[in-house]
Amino acid sequence: MSSPLVEQPATRPAAAPVRAVNSSTRELPATLRRLKGNGFTRFVDLTAVDYPELPERFELNYMLYSMATREWCRVKAWTAGKAPTVSDVFAGANAFEREVYDMYGVDFEGHPQLRRILMPDDWVGHPLRRDEPLGGEEVEFSAG
Amino acid sequence: MPADLLVSDRPEILHINLGPQHPSTHGVLRVELLLDGEIVVKAMPIIGYLHTGIEKMFEHRTYLHNVTMTDRMDYLNPLGNNLAYALSVEQLFGCDIPPRAQIGRVLLAELTRINSHLVWTGTTALDLGANSVFLYTFREREQLLDLFEELSGARMMTSFIRPGGLAKDLPLPWLDNVARFLDMLPSRVDDYESLLTDNPLFKERTIGIGQLTAEAALDLGVSGPMLRASGVDFDLRRANPYSSYDKFEFQVPVRTGGDCYDRYKVRIAELRESINLCRQALNLLPPGDFRPSDRKVVPPPREELGSSMEAVIHHFKLYTEGLRPPAGEAYVGVESPRGELGFFIVSDGSGKPIRCHERAPSFANLQALPIMAQGGLVADLIAIIASIDPILGEVDR
Repeated sequence: MSSPLVEQPATRPAAAPVRAVNSSTRELPATLRRLKGNGFTRFVDLTAVDYPELPERFELNYMLYSMATREWCRVKAWTAGKAPTVSDVFAGANAFEREVYDMYGVDFEGHPQLRRILMPDDWVGHPLRRDEPLGGEEVEFSAG
Repeated sequence: MPADLLVSDRPEILHINLGPQHPSTHGVLRVELLLDGEIVVKAMPIIGYLHTGIEKMFEHRTYLHNVTMTDRMDYLNPLGNNLAYALSVEQLFGCDIPPRAQIGRVLLAELTRINSHLVWTGTTALDLGANSVFLYTFREREQLLDLFEELSGARMMTSFIRPGGLAKDLPLPWLDNVARFLDMLPSRVDDYESLLTDNPLFKERTIGIGQLTAEAALDLGVSGPMLRASGVDFDLRRANPYSSYDKFEFQVPVRTGGDCYDRYKVRIAELRESINLCRQALNLLPPGDFRPSDRKVVPPPREELGSSMEAVIHHFKLYTEGLRPPAGEAYVGVESPRGELGFFIVSDGSGKPIRCHERAPSFANLQALPIMAQGGLVADLIAIIASIDPILGEVDR
């Protein structure tokens, strides 16, 4: 009797919920390296969500994609402002870590070139923190 | 912070800027270069010149307001951005979209893909000195923009795909015009190909230029036509079908060379596939509703307001508070003309998202520039930037 062929799922609906993995911030590189070994070879995204009322206010969201099983995996870690870099695990994380540093001020330790990427170099503050004001100019409407 | 990132101790190395105000950089991209004569020793893209804080503004506007900002991120693919945003918001709601809206969305997304690839073909040929192709592709693009204007009233920033379906129904005369446009287009694509595909000058400038291996592309987060030109058979429309793409039959063009010429071939093949997809969508488009009947997402029709108290409440809530998706987070990846595009939205149940992040394909794809440009000529750098197809609106957001 022949063993059944291993069938790879050819498709998977896009709206299926994304698998989420929690990680401690310290173990992030190890977690991502393990997932990369398990087939999640494509780096998709890194971003943060700010909860200013919490002591560890930044929720880092890494997104990986498995080319074999056609699914995304989200890795979550919480930090107060420091995290190890994963740009040596996925080269693609480089620019995304710079963006999170620029927008939230999260310090990625060991990053080869952690400097602002979107805002001007001499900008003060980190604009996407939720306690930063929106800014902008008031539009004046005349009554008559 | 130091302005000069790249330094060399060799005195003959020249340190110059390409851009940001150079037409060949497809927007306001600046590339810092270290040159040894004509050879690029190192190239470093510097971005941020078009940063407008869209992700910050997302957090201060309602879910429906935000649709208009997604148009302006990738200004060559506005309807594709609308679609990605709408799918994420709908994932939060968990609402079903009627088939007519789903097929209509595919039609609109593919028409914008044609639009984007037409602009890409024209501008890339222009960068490499083939001026006439630019005029031809923009002639067809103009007709496409006229179609969008006829449908929505806006040529580029249509905001036509919204959470909960479409802004309005697709009218029959418009569908006829689309069919006429699609009948005309394939012979025009033949024209572009006759000017470029076997053109010895074009081939000289693109074959073997800007090589990118599949491993490097995956590691860098590169997606879309760039990834497929490097030999990776991956397209989200087929791998993770959204918005009823699983009902369509289409090929995913893949090339293995990983150079600028293969990226050109992949995009031209995709252009033809998109025409095919649009035709299928016209045939598949079923009659019926173009938005769901879920009153939490779509306002009740005007005539119900006179007779139903519940309709009045829904109407009032939707127009004062906007959409209020349940708390949670959502991400739906879609295949934009440049690669994987997705909106990561976090909702706390209020009328405004607490975080809305765009995973922009050009942002990740641009990271491949230093690898592809290293060791090549400055003139080849122009071809390489063009082959990435960066849209600075979505790179900088």
